Amino acid sequence: MSTRLASKGRLVDTSKAISFSFNGKNLRGYAGDTLASALLANDQMLVGRSFKYHRPRGIVSAGPEEPNALMNMGEGAFFEPNQRATTTLLFDGLKAESQNHWPSLEFDVGAINSKLSRFLPAGFYYKMFIYPRPFWKHVYEPIIRKSAGLGKAPIGRDGDTYEHFHAHVDVMVVGGGIAGLSSALAAARAGARVLLTEQTAAWGGRAAVDEPQIDGMKATAWIDQTVAELAAMKNVTMRLNCMGAGVYDHGYILAYEQLNEGGTDAPRHRLWRVRAKQVITATGAIERPLSFSGNDLPGVLLAAAVRDYVVNFGVSIGDRTVVVTNNDDAYRTALVLKKAGLSVPAIIDARPDADGPLAKAARDAGIRVETGKGIAEVKGGKRVTAVTICGQAGEGAVVETIECDCVAMSGGWSPVVHLWSHCGGKLNWDADQAMFRPDEQRPPTDGNGSGFVIPAGIANGHLFTTDVLTNGFAAGQTAATAAGAKGKVGKGPEGYDEAQEPIVPVWLMPQGASHELRSKAWLDFQNDVKVSDVQLAAQEGFESVEHTKRYTTLGMATDQGKLSNINGLAVLSKALNADIPDVGTTTFRPPYTPISMGAITGAARDELFQPIRKTPMYDWHAENGADFEPVGQWRRPYAYIRGDETVHDAVNREVTQTRDSLGLLDASTLGKIVVSGPDAGQFLDMMYTNLMSSLPVGKCRYGLMCTENGFLMDDGVVARIDDQTWLCHTTTGGADSIHAWMEDWLQCEWWDWKVYVSNVTEQFAQVAVVGPNARKVLEKLGGMDVSKDALPFMQWRDGTLGDFKVRVYRISFSGELSYEVAVDAGQGRAFWDALLDAGAEFDVMPYGTEALHIMRAEKGFIMIGDETDGTVIPQDLNMQWALSKKKADYLGKRAQERSHMADPNRWKLVGLETLDGSVLPDGAYAIADSINENGQENTEGRVTSTYYSPTLKRGIAMGLVHKGPDRMGDTLRFTNIGGEPIEAKIVDQVFYDKAGEKQDV
Amino acid sequence: MSNAISALEGRAVAGDVTVTDMGLQGMISLRGDLSDKALTKVCKSVTGADAPKPLQMSVAGASGFGWMSPDEALLLVPYNVVRDGLASINNALSGQHFLASNVSDARAHIVVSGAYADEVIAKVSPVDMHPDSFAIGDFRRSHLGQVAAAFWKSDANTFHVICFRSVADYVFDLLAASAKAGPVGYTS
Repeated sequence: MSTRLASKGRLVDTSKAISFSFNGKNLRGYAGDTLASALLANDQMLVGRSFKYHRPRGIVSAGPEEPNALMNMGEGAFFEPNQRATTTLLFDGLKAESQNHWPSLEFDVGAINSKLSRFLPAGFYYKMFIYPRPFWKHVYEPIIRKSAGLGKAPIGRDGDTYEHFHAHVDVMVVGGGIAGLSSALAAARAGARVLLTEQTAAWGGRAAVDEPQIDGMKATAWIDQTVAELAAMKNVTMRLNCMGAGVYDHGYILAYEQLNEGGTDAPRHRLWRVRAKQVITATGAIERPLSFSGNDLPGVLLAAAVRDYVVNFGVSIGDRTVVVTNNDDAYRTALVLKKAGLSVPAIIDARPDADGPLAKAARDAGIRVETGKGIAEVKGGKRVTAVTICGQAGEGAVVETIECDCVAMSGGWSPVVHLWSHCGGKLNWDADQAMFRPDEQRPPTDGNGSGFVIPAGIANGHLFTTDVLTNGFAAGQTAATAAGAKGKVGKGPEGYDEAQEPIVPVWLMPQGASHELRSKAWLDFQNDVKVSDVQLAAQEGFESVEHTKRYTTLGMATDQGKLSNINGLAVLSKALNADIPDVGTTTFRPPYTPISMGAITGAARDELFQPIRKTPMYDWHAENGADFEPVGQWRRPYAYIRGDETVHDAVNREVTQTRDSLGLLDASTLGKIVVSGPDAGQFLDMMYTNLMSSLPVGKCRYGLMCTENGFLMDDGVVARIDDQTWLCHTTTGGADSIHAWMEDWLQCEWWDWKVYVSNVTEQFAQVAVVGPNARKVLEKLGGMDVSKDALPFMQWRDGTLGDFKVRVYRISFSGELSYEVAVDAGQGRAFWDALLDAGAEFDVMPYGTEALHIMRAEKGFIMIGDETDGTVIPQDLNMQWALSKKKADYLGKRAQERSHMADPNRWKLVGLETLDGSVLPDGAYAIADSINENGQENTEGRVTSTYYSPTLKRGIAMGLVHKGPDRMGDTLRFTNIGGEPIEAKIVDQVFYDKAGEKQDV
Repeated sequence: MSNAISALEGRAVAGDVTVTDMGLQGMISLRGDLSDKALTKVCKSVTGADAPKPLQMSVAGASGFGWMSPDEALLLVPYNVVRDGLASINNALSGQHFLASNVSDARAHIVVSGAYADEVIAKVSPVDMHPDSFAIGDFRRSHLGQVAAAFWKSDANTFHVICFRSVADYVFDLLAASAKAGPVGYTS
């Protein structure tokens, strides 16, 4: 059984007890424990069930590579699934539950799958569930989804807060082991601004456990000294519990800092968004499991994890531990266990000989060392009870059974090359050390083609303390120099190592294992992929490692194959009879381990989820029944609902009242761009299809803008302000993009033209005062002359109205007598209130965007985004009148002369009137009397705008129709989903006041 | 005008780092050749501030002269003298190619002040706010969260933020939330 040792551990503070619960059981741990160490201290060996076969699983590792110990953690607003027990620091009140079991962890019905495992081979789902086809969506998938899956999805909102932080540094060092500390030391001494991050809660990495000699002292002493030196330097920032998650282009790095747990007011996680001139990946290495039968039983752990639990947390996994290895490092585990007073019945070493200093030390300590041997099978149910021993060279004939309750396995070490690889760093296969390691000649490159990532220490393939320190320090120095820091770095640290004998790669144990043994030799613990599955995939032709991964699901779990990748591709290469480097690795993608959705979101939640643009009158709208609709990032009133009205009622009331008396529209969102300079007229003649240079001062002209490809992109009224200055109104959505479009042409193409533009959209609140009583209400406010003679249609004047300095445009988008009045935005609300007061006697009603749309449609005016969709040219809308023939050029002119643009068969704008007076469905298609080659009905037009007109008391619509203007009076049939086609007659698009008399009074 | 109001109407939040609406602020956007002597002269006479270096805001009392781009300046003056300032510029530069616009009402002016004010900005802006990189008088056009904004540093713990009027609520709330979440401990 696993338990807390009397010797305690170096990371736990036994004076601070912490209570937590697991599957409802109340348990105790200490400050400094991880959830994993606390569970093990309470003899909780079984922590979950596997994904596919529901096999009992225990903790395998002590770090981020953990595939099994994933928990549903917390509850309610603080619930989060798939939390790794090995990287979760214990806190008071922590609630954890194991995942993927039913009805209970101890008794799981799904475990029957394990007995059926020979019927559930690789690719089983693909093979089994493909026929009959429709069954997948409606039968198979819903059932499989229910039985599969790890954690539960959270319900409701996250009760915690999160934040981002941007930092710019010269050198970012990822990893706070002795390599990272050395790198940071060199870079910091050189004067670089350094950010050093460590994913765990303690500095020093493996060296703090294994205690090699550094600079003549114990490693922990050197670590303390170096951490102190770094902490004292102003140019260094150090963060524990902060994982380098991803390396991206241009030295952009994401780091994930875990701050608080348990629903405090402070942020739970912080996502660091770092720009670094150089990145050092001192990310360490991960120990590989060995592939033998039963290697997934609770009690089988990585050898280094077994000694981590003893040294760091004072936790033993079992009383009798069998060590199985192919390298010298695992001997350290045996020695640590022995020193802790535990029993090590045998070290099973697959190598033919083991005579190095570590093996000698083990023998001297009285430990039996069996070379050339392997584990045939691990015995036990929910925990290990014994191992059977066989020759590594054979097929698994048992020579001996050793009783034990823990197996510590080591298949060698794989450098953590993830962050090196994220942005394109390449790898070499080091056959002597049996590992992929970074190829320093092929680093990820920056905009200048120079490398910006430097691997250091074990992550760079240096397994020995001496090399780790030298390499780490040199990396820091190189990075600092590349970042422009020139200070002296002094002498680097020196390490001392015992000699070690070489590793002998073991990809299967025993090497000739029978099918039965191979079928229980796990590669990927979380996704239940075995040696036999990978071999089957190869046999069935999935030769690419990427295909094998997807066919077998090897490495596709939440641990992304941290333990399984190298073993899996080694097995694959064997099956393909290819070399490991020729098979290659799958792609390493960020994040290194999963990070919370909250951290990605940062502050962008609730009211900060998305900025909402508000006009100066927004509050009035909100207080007066506005039913808002998004227009770009603005919220504009769609209609103002009064009492029990429906939205439709409100819209009709607003239209009628405006046409009969007086309406107000908040038009502040329309773009307003000032264009000025000696060449401004010439510039606007290029921007607009019509002539703007000839517009007299004081007058307004409606204009169209096209893209270079001739398509209509924006429209609006342009006012000539003075000799050199024009004010261009754009659509609400077009304000920013048209401003940018103008700057683009001025900065990149016509940089020698003397034109300045200024976007003054938000300087003004603009109110459309519309209706037969519009003039009366302005005259009531008093001030400037707004009579027909003083301010004729399509002209503008500056002046005052009441207390307000205003600019008044006599323009009309509704067909009524209409003034658009601009005031400084700071006075917008006051002006709006003044208009409401003055307009009370005319029963003034503000109207929303829908009434605006209806009134413009009644007048046959187009709307950008309704009549246009990026494929419509002005000619399609019969707007040849707006295309100047006097100008040599305008943007889009050449494109509009292309044969398809000039084709008489293009669909053109017409009005549409249903025969029965109903409203056509939006976007409905006109059905042509022919069938295409696929047997579908052809179409000959579509509806672009359609409304109920309260003025005409019937449906009106506009649409683009094949040769439409030539077919006046024809009847078309329009699609009507779920009903019979609707008949509509082609008519003139102007439904109301065709002569334009009402607006020009 | 007496009835003019700022978008945030004087909102403020207290705390270790305070976030405060500065109310009505006169602002003139000036497009023109910033190396032109007549231009810098009239800007100095309007604001009292010397011509700024690139990426800087030159401050003189309640007024300022900020570098927006090689051909754009932002002049800060008291709200009630904007029209006078515009008239001075238009007179002084008459006949030259330039464009001066009143943008006072188009924007909001917010001050972030306190011990970790730089970190409050750095939580929501990609600008390097480290005191070794961002000195007093430094001025950037960047973004805060999801919207455009500009800001300058007036003393070690005080930053002035300018954003568009329509998103004043968003920027204020974002800065207030960042301030409330506490220090990061990076820049200090």
